[in-house]
Amino acid sequence: MAQIPNEELLKRIAEKFDQQVTRVGEPYGLLTVETGREQIIDLLTFLKTDDALRFIFLTDITAIHYPEQEKQIGIIYHLHSLTTNTRIRIKVFLTDGDVHIPTATTVWEGANWMERETYDFFGVIFDGHPDLRRILNVDDMTAFPMRKEFPLEDPNRVDKKDYFFGR
Amino acid sequence: MSDIQLVDAPAGVEGAGFFATSLDKVIGIARSNSLWPLPFATSCCGIEFMATMASHYDLSRFGAERLSFSPRQADLLMVMGTIAKKMAPVLRQVYLQMAEPRWVMAVGACASSGGIFDTYSVLQGIDEVIPVDVYVPGCPPRPEAIIDGFINIQKLVQTESLRRRNEPKYQELLAKYGIQ
Repeated sequence: MAQIPNEELLKRIAEKFDQQVTRVGEPYGLLTVETGREQIIDLLTFLKTDDALRFIFLTDITAIHYPEQEKQIGIIYHLHSLTTNTRIRIKVFLTDGDVHIPTATTVWEGANWMERETYDFFGVIFDGHPDLRRILNVDDMTAFPMRKEFPLEDPNRVDKKDYFFGR
Repeated sequence: MSDIQLVDAPAGVEGAGFFATSLDKVIGIARSNSLWPLPFATSCCGIEFMATMASHYDLSRFGAERLSFSPRQADLLMVMGTIAKKMAPVLRQVYLQMAEPRWVMAVGACASSGGIFDTYSVLQGIDEVIPVDVYVPGCPPRPEAIIDGFINIQKLVQTESLRRRNEPKYQELLAKYGIQ
């Protein structure tokens, strides 16, 4: 099957979700849409199960932090339709104090570790996740290191102190 | 004829049929020329260590022929490479499993200070979790530098008094790391 054109893909999504899913752009031809957490699972399920689309492969779940935005934390889903070789990116933005989103493990089992990683680095709580704990960082870490308010550097580093350089 | 060099005898009293010296020195010489290193290699410094062990540089010339991959039989822990914070408890466990007397060598910038990895996920020098005897600088250090560090370990071993490990100063050092 041939690749689905972005306009057609967008039209099919709009038929089902109307104004709930908005187009953000098409950087490098990759259709990017934004939606809310209320219909994210419905949207993922639709994209996966629809006979014409069949986005059966969840490439990645990740997040991004824009401290200057009102909705600071963005959760990003990458899907791939292996039968048509079409890709799509879905973004959901959440306010800082309320970073809850329903888990996608109900749609893809493989979302388990991706969501653990996203929790580990951004502190996104995936409601309904079977085992939401840190996956890469040490268990006793209190920070969510990819958020901008946490410094990248380790505070225990001594050999970069200013007085070693006469500052 | 082979050109085998023997270790010089320590200072002592020599006479017809006897030689007397202090036990410290004899044991120091014996230990320093038969150190069993445990290579804890996690990255590129480990590759340099492989070159150090191979025929060209041949660390076995210094009595370290036998690598011990079990901490129980090892004398010298050679930590080579970046130690992530998640790896720190493993490294500490390996150190705890080694029998006294034990020495530790931090090879390369990462093991010594964190190196270029000044980040939340990397241990900023293994001396945050275990005491270190010799630091080898370099990123990665050349095999010559690793051998130089090894010779420095040998000097420490030779000059160490037999009672050092029982001294309160040493116990204090271990206690600082929460050991014993």
